[in-house]
Amino acid sequence: MRFQGRNIGITVYLIILFLPIYWLVNMSFKSNYEITSRLSFWPHQFTLGNYAHIFFSPVWRGGFIHSLTYTCLNTVLSVTLALPAAYAFSRYRFIGDKHLFFWLLSNLMAPSAVFAMPFFNLYYSVGLFDTVWAVALAHCLFNVPLAVWILEGFISGIPREIDETAALDGYPFPRFFVKIFLPLIANGIGVAAFFCFMFSWVEQLLASTLTTINAKPIVSVMTQIYSAAGEDWGLLAAAGVLTMIPGAIVIWFVRNHIAKGFALGRV
Amino acid sequence: MMDKPWSNRAWFLVIPVLLVVLFSSLLPMMTVVNYSVQDTMGQNSFFWNGVAWFQNLLDPTSDMGGRFASALVRNLIFSLVVLLIELPLGIAVAICIPRHGWKVGATLVLIALPLLIPWTVVGTIWEIFARQDIGLFGAVVNGIGIHYNDTEDATSAWATIVVMDVWHWTGMIALLSYAGLKAIPDAFYQAARIDGASRWSVFRNIELPKLQKVLVIAILLRFMESFMIYTEPSVVTGGGPGEATSFLSLDLVKIALGQVDLGNAAAMSIVYYLITLTICWVFFTIMTQLDQRKGL
Amino acid sequence: MASITLDHIAHVYPGAASAAPHYALKPIDHVWRQGRAYALLGPSGCGKTTLLNIISGLVTPSEGRLLFDSQDVTNVSTEKRNIAQVFQFPVIYDTMTVAENLAFPLKNRRMDRGSIDRRVGEIADLLDLRPVLNRRARGLTADAKQKISLGRGLVRADVSAVLFDEPLTVIDPALKWELRSKLKAVHQALDMLMIYVTHDQVEALTFADEVVVMKDGAVLQIGTPADLFERPAHSFVGYFIGSPGMNFLPAVVSGSRAAVDTATFDLGMSYDIPASGKRVELGFRPDYATVLPTGDLPVRILKVEDLGRRRLARVALGAHEAVATLPPEVDLAQGEPGWLHVPPEHLHVFVDELRIEGRPA
Repeated sequence: MRFQGRNIGITVYLIILFLPIYWLVNMSFKSNYEITSRLSFWPHQFTLGNYAHIFFSPVWRGGFIHSLTYTCLNTVLSVTLALPAAYAFSRYRFIGDKHLFFWLLSNLMAPSAVFAMPFFNLYYSVGLFDTVWAVALAHCLFNVPLAVWILEGFISGIPREIDETAALDGYPFPRFFVKIFLPLIANGIGVAAFFCFMFSWVEQLLASTLTTINAKPIVSVMTQIYSAAGEDWGLLAAAGVLTMIPGAIVIWFVRNHIAKGFALGRV
Repeated sequence: MMDKPWSNRAWFLVIPVLLVVLFSSLLPMMTVVNYSVQDTMGQNSFFWNGVAWFQNLLDPTSDMGGRFASALVRNLIFSLVVLLIELPLGIAVAICIPRHGWKVGATLVLIALPLLIPWTVVGTIWEIFARQDIGLFGAVVNGIGIHYNDTEDATSAWATIVVMDVWHWTGMIALLSYAGLKAIPDAFYQAARIDGASRWSVFRNIELPKLQKVLVIAILLRFMESFMIYTEPSVVTGGGPGEATSFLSLDLVKIALGQVDLGNAAAMSIVYYLITLTICWVFFTIMTQLDQRKGL
Repeated sequence: MASITLDHIAHVYPGAASAAPHYALKPIDHVWRQGRAYALLGPSGCGKTTLLNIISGLVTPSEGRLLFDSQDVTNVSTEKRNIAQVFQFPVIYDTMTVAENLAFPLKNRRMDRGSIDRRVGEIADLLDLRPVLNRRARGLTADAKQKISLGRGLVRADVSAVLFDEPLTVIDPALKWELRSKLKAVHQALDMLMIYVTHDQVEALTFADEVVVMKDGAVLQIGTPADLFERPAHSFVGYFIGSPGMNFLPAVVSGSRAAVDTATFDLGMSYDIPASGKRVELGFRPDYATVLPTGDLPVRILKVEDLGRRRLARVALGAHEAVATLPPEVDLAQGEPGWLHVPPEHLHVFVDELRIEGRPA
């Protein structure tokens, strides 16, 4: 009895969760004419025109490529920078460690709106404006602290005896770190990378503030469609569906680690 | 675990992160502080303005102050409402997630999917979904007699944004709670069965206490994220109708990038930032206390 | 309840291949009697926890029936079975005091306040928990928490069997002995059926009246500690019990003589080896084997271990090795030759791992 209640509950929840997504997919295969003329649960005149438009348009393609590029750049950057710092926080006490950690976390919570204007000025003045590097670096604001937080939790789960043994065995620290330690926290690295990817991929404000033409991310392309082409719902829907695919792929790959990962190593 | 050795050389490991965050955080903030105490007569000439911007901002009777105060109240109400809905819902969903078999992976992926949709697209999805002419939700709600139009009516606009946020983020709480629940050893449930405990009793006496730490993290993340919300309401309602859904971030961006009213924007940024810092500090303290109590 | 009966109980975990089902628990028939203390002893994975969970109802056996007295309880839910279970690590309700923890099962069964308080007091006295009755359970030591877990099981007056699943695992070694004695005292005070699962033979042998030795899902032998020590039915029992365990040497047995390489042992009794028997071994305990300066069986001393109370010698007999006792008065050292003595009554013959009885020569 108890089991059935749970299954029904989760199924209902999932169905409700997917209604909007289904609606979007539904719309992406319709022409604008059909969308505005009637409400239907499936496309009566199925069309791939919206998707074709996106695939053949350099602006749209560029949008996707730019977004994917800065997201991947940011993920690699954040995790790489965070690893040594997380190790330090986990293993040692040093002057100002608690305060530094708190300050890092506070950047995680910093409102992007506060940084939109200053970033605009900053990246313009260093000549990085309108490049994928600008966005990748800007996203480090919240992704680096996040990666440090996650990795610190995982690293704390590895007994320090392993470090001490390696030191006794004569491993120089860099070699120990790369060859022995990293495989042990591969789980944690995967989780941190997942979260960095996630928060960079979904972010919009900073990404669109720091770009205009050359590095325009997909989210900017979409917001600009509103003003430019009137209300091209089919096109928007198709673009929306396509943006969900990288996310879905990434989750699929880490699905077995999601539960542990969301605990940020701290359960 | 408290016997970590003292080593100031560890700073070397931290320096890369420090540099990046200084560049991303401290440097920009310095310009903001700069702008917040200056005023301009145009043509890039600035003069000292002291705390005038701040006084204006924090005075509810002034234009700016009134706007700021009502946006702040809006944000607080919004965060409270979504937390009240998402927390119980997320925990309930977590309890319902299957524990064994292939269904686990599939369910987790489905639950996590809304979290990986770019926020613009989330906004787009709900913008479409909530309209009465082309959206299922809008059509159905109006169809059953409730007057619903999120571009004209403030209540509808709020409802849309709340529903959208719940749709978007409940999964995160569910996944966090699921992680917490999975860590509870089976023996506790077995002992509870032998003790004759009811399902509610099991929840109250076993699951909830063990979820404490996870829930604090969940509340922190959700509160902060909802306090800073920008993209979704921007896409769906643009802050409207009128100012009904003009949250702090929306206002700030309008002032900073739209009106380029640097002084006001800077002052508002700093106050906004300080509020988030304070709340963050409170949560951080709670979390470290919980850590210590468990003897970590 | 006077007895628990296992009627051809066996268990295969769901999800196992059905072509050749892998038994987590092979078919067992046994009767457990009230008032006695039993130990389920065996290495990890031998099925002892599965068996315990079948008795408590947390697992429903895939075959067989479980009877409490003469009532078939195979499908009766755990909470209706009048048993208590103590787990490997303390299971307590963090948010409650010790008293509230103990009262919890009674409150769920809707007993009145007065009876609850009285009963909680009785159990607290029995387990020396009076001093901490009003403290939060969360802050106590592991052994106190295990006592609370036990108390919660005993607090129901209708409980007639207590099952323990390796309860001393997380207890400090210094406190293990104390807790073990307490368990024995409780057993004597309450005259209940107690079943204790462990992989530690010292725990099993000191706690139990009868020990059930298990391996790979099968029960190898059930007997008193003395039985298991002196007359192991299975070579694994001989090897597992005793520290160090029994020596096993491949032998060729004819009549009342056993030949190990070139050495000949006098068995005292005549053994008939079945023709189908593939593996014949001679078993004897180091406790009964001695190395002396003279004798019939020449060995070479490989290593001497001085344990204080006694000395053990690892010796080479032809191509095989064995462990024997080196009496304190014998002055032999490593590398020297010696002679092995094993009284015939302590020599056992094992065919395909099962001990066979001899007949008088």
